[in-house]
Amino acid sequence: MTAATSHVTAAELAALNKPRRDWRFWLGKTGIFLGMTFIILYCIAPFYWMVVSSLRLPTMGRDTSFWPNPVSFENYPAVFDPINGFGRALVNSVIVSLSTTLVTLLFGILAAYALARLRFRFKGIVLAIIIGCSMFPGITLLIPLFKMFTGAYPWMPINWMNTYQALIIPSLSFGLPLCVWNLTAFFRQLPVELEQAAMVDGCTPGQAFRKVILPLAAPGVFTTAIITFIAVWNEFMIALTFGTQQNMYTAVVAISKFTGAYGFDTPWGTIMAAGVLVTVPLIIGVLIFQRRIVAGLTAGGVK
Amino acid sequence: MTHARTTRRVLAAVASVGAVLITAACSSSSTPTGSAAAGGGVNWDERGPITYAQGKDTAGVWAGVLKEWNDAHPNEQVTLIELSPEADQQRADMIKRGQAKSGEFSVMSVDVVWTAEFAANGWLQELPKDKFPTDGMLASAVDAASYFGKLYAYPQSSDGALLYYRSDLLDKAGLKPPTTWDEMQAACDKVLPTQKGMSCYSGQFQKYEGLTCNVAEAVNSAGGEFITADGKPAVNSAEAVAGLTWMVDGFKSGMIPKEAITWKEEESRQAFQDGKILFLRNWPYVYNLASKTDGSSKVAGKFGVAPIPGKTGPGVSTLGGHNIGISAFAKNKGTAGDFIKWIASEAQQKTFLQKGSLAPILESMYADADLNKQFGYLSTLGESIKNAQARPKAVRYGDVTSAIQDATYAALQGQQTPTDAFNGLQTKLEDLLK
Amino acid sequence: MSQGAATTIAGNTPPVTEKRKKNLLSDGQGTLAGFLISPTMLVILFVVGIPILLSLRESVFRKFTTPDPTTGMIPEGESFVGLQNFTDIFAHPQAVDGAWGNIDRLINSFLNVTFFTIICVAIETVIGVAMALIMARAFRGKGFVRAAILVPWAIPTIVSARMWGLIFDADGVMNKILGQQILWLADNSYSQWAVIIADTWKTAPFIGLLTLAGLQTIPSDVYEAARVDGANAWQQFVRITLPMVKPALVVAVLFRTLDTMRMFDLPWGMIGQGKYYVETISMFAYIENNQLRYGTAAAYSLVLFAYIVLVAFIFIRLLGADVIGDEETRAITEQRKRQKALAKAENRKIKLAKTTITSGEFQS
Repeated sequence: MTAATSHVTAAELAALNKPRRDWRFWLGKTGIFLGMTFIILYCIAPFYWMVVSSLRLPTMGRDTSFWPNPVSFENYPAVFDPINGFGRALVNSVIVSLSTTLVTLLFGILAAYALARLRFRFKGIVLAIIIGCSMFPGITLLIPLFKMFTGAYPWMPINWMNTYQALIIPSLSFGLPLCVWNLTAFFRQLPVELEQAAMVDGCTPGQAFRKVILPLAAPGVFTTAIITFIAVWNEFMIALTFGTQQNMYTAVVAISKFTGAYGFDTPWGTIMAAGVLVTVPLIIGVLIFQRRIVAGLTAGGVK
Repeated sequence: MTHARTTRRVLAAVASVGAVLITAACSSSSTPTGSAAAGGGVNWDERGPITYAQGKDTAGVWAGVLKEWNDAHPNEQVTLIELSPEADQQRADMIKRGQAKSGEFSVMSVDVVWTAEFAANGWLQELPKDKFPTDGMLASAVDAASYFGKLYAYPQSSDGALLYYRSDLLDKAGLKPPTTWDEMQAACDKVLPTQKGMSCYSGQFQKYEGLTCNVAEAVNSAGGEFITADGKPAVNSAEAVAGLTWMVDGFKSGMIPKEAITWKEEESRQAFQDGKILFLRNWPYVYNLASKTDGSSKVAGKFGVAPIPGKTGPGVSTLGGHNIGISAFAKNKGTAGDFIKWIASEAQQKTFLQKGSLAPILESMYADADLNKQFGYLSTLGESIKNAQARPKAVRYGDVTSAIQDATYAALQGQQTPTDAFNGLQTKLEDLLK
Repeated sequence: MSQGAATTIAGNTPPVTEKRKKNLLSDGQGTLAGFLISPTMLVILFVVGIPILLSLRESVFRKFTTPDPTTGMIPEGESFVGLQNFTDIFAHPQAVDGAWGNIDRLINSFLNVTFFTIICVAIETVIGVAMALIMARAFRGKGFVRAAILVPWAIPTIVSARMWGLIFDADGVMNKILGQQILWLADNSYSQWAVIIADTWKTAPFIGLLTLAGLQTIPSDVYEAARVDGANAWQQFVRITLPMVKPALVVAVLFRTLDTMRMFDLPWGMIGQGKYYVETISMFAYIENNQLRYGTAAAYSLVLFAYIVLVAFIFIRLLGADVIGDEETRAITEQRKRQKALAKAENRKIKLAKTTITSGEFQS
């Protein structure tokens, strides 16, 4: 807008530019405030109910008062009652999630670098395959994988039932595509000139990768690690199928199998307490790393 | 897409489909072969360590039991393998071993309704009658452990349904526990007007195995049956339909609370303990929990147990419980045989009753005076089990129970009339039991 | 197709060389790329490719399930049945009573999946976009809201299923708030709504996040200019916001759709098995597996897979979801579109490009 052709004086311009604080403005603000409150309530309310249910007396599991009366922490030690093996299940979850994350990161960084940076003929097909992998219904892969790992096929005579390998390797089927896809998105965001500048300065491509690209991609790698870790931690179907004995349950499988002393009774209080215990570390992690996680989740979606 | 490219793609597709079909045709057996689990040709003298697999030991009773055996048999140790607490998962685990012909579980605790399936698939070792006598055991339990006239497992623990009733309210009204459905309705008519917000009766009516138990009881107590003794379905008889009609009418008239259609054992127990229903049909485990004096039960000391009522007389309970069987592929079957005999003997059955509230399989124990003093429900339970009837014995029990649940739940939700529901069920059962 | 020789210019006869013309911009990158990608592709082949082939094989077989009438024993092994596992749906339907009347069980679960997907995705998109719009204008407490939004995502699905199961109990808090006695956990249309509510609760914030990221890439001057031109809030939303957010939103909606079609944990953990109003294809295939009917289980899961591929195809081709997001692939697609248009206009056949000048070996 050139000043020469403008019919508006400076004073009028200033008046126009002053934000109008009329009723529309305050309505908008209130609306936004209500909206924010709605969002927070929407997200937290069911979780609040889970916490409240875990703080009731063990025998009042299905009570519906909005605040427990009396407040009781009895459910929390009950979670670790040896009969449920929850402590061991947590350890299993950590081992499986961590190992899967490390393996997928290792393979994923290499593959993502190639997909983001290099030019080669079958790139479209490879990307399509990787995306396609996340489209398979878990149930299609589950039974053949189960048969493969329990020696039902003569060409694969191993029986890894109830071992860590049997939990980790099938988890790669969804963890690896997820990891590669996220990392590819992150690597694409790095300027192309970086390696070229490094190579101009005398680095070999390998050195350029290790010394320049990796450190800069570290936040993205870290975020992908968190997202993959959480995805494997929450996975249910594979863990349910491959870990059938109690000492090989992961945390989510263990929760789904909580039982009381008679086999029929459902200890709602303990189940909710276990749910809280499993979720709270994830939430704390999410609170600390929220910016990274949001960046990671959206990097895949925004090109 | 160019012509060449299309042709190539089509060829690739055809080739891969062809590859799949070729591998399919060339592989595993397409002719049925018999399975080998006959009683003969088995080495019953082989001894050594074995494993025992069952669902989660929720009562914590097996550690002590196994220690006793292991101390007495240092060379024939038994290791406990605890499976999931869920019946479906236990069955799936045992089936996996069976299909892999693995003897990983030497001895297994098999639910009474799976025994026929496991036996027919050749996963259980047939037990010759001369080596494995069944005197003194409950007849219905032994029948549940047999298939095609042969014994495939020993009964391990039994279970039957009990009618829990509010003795305080019935005594105040001068009534005795009902033995027929009409008596129960009359008792409710007399007592309920004085109690606000109380319903008459509940069982377990959610769509799961418990529903099969409840509807089997209704049908059998009305004089009908699901399957006749020769294995033919007979569920569309007037008596069977009468049983289902009683349940459906119960919902319609309000005798059974509306929300009971979502209740399993726990929810119905909770309702009884909170004083919301006058009569409850449930398993024996409720007795101890409802007697707790820590404030969780409002009915502690105010209730009694009786056999469940029927249409014209006492009702027929469903037979629950487990059988203990030997895997057809197990090693050391000699030890396994001795182990299951030991489990079925009186001393161990007493331990299971006292420490795990598991109903014993020996008839004599139900008349024992000391045990009856300890367990107030014992003689009633014995009566219940003696007259109990097993659920339909079928190799494809999973499908049978699914069909029964479908028909019953549809009738309870008012989607079908009882007659239509059971006519449809008759057709399905005929198809499944061909 | 000229192999090797430089393009001829009229009048010139360049020397014919036997060497292939290599592309200076991407020499040798193919080999390096091969090394870097092969571990990933090998793993994927092993844990995804082989099981898919095995599933295909399994779907044309059927295990023996009928006992011999004389011995009572079931014969071992399985028989090749061709496509019977698929056609039996029509030849011998297993009729069940679901939300859609008395129809075959697979068709019932198919319709359930379709119903859940359409309703859930529609609701969570609307809620998600609304959340994004609100958060974009938020003036305070952004961090808190952002953390709150990640809570539904962080809760494991099976824990969420148990939690909602408690909330939807017939004597639970949802009925208390509504003042009604709705039987959410029976087998009726309320069960369907229970599943829908629990699922959208968990996933709407996710869509909100992705949309918010898209919103934040829109420069504010665009809105300024529109306001000066006299556009009101609604017109701004429809003409500016939606089109610019569309790429991110379409990809998010696509992935949510595919996830909802595969839904298993939630109806399983909350409503239970055997309930035909909420049975999805995944649940049905899982149950068939438990009944040792591996042939039909594999067949049904492949039906689900085919359905998913179809839906993904519709999204990518018709709605233009840019899933791969690789510049080079995009460039090739654009070029092929132009070539097709040119071929149509000039009414002749053109060989369509497979590569750009910067990729792999150069072919003209």
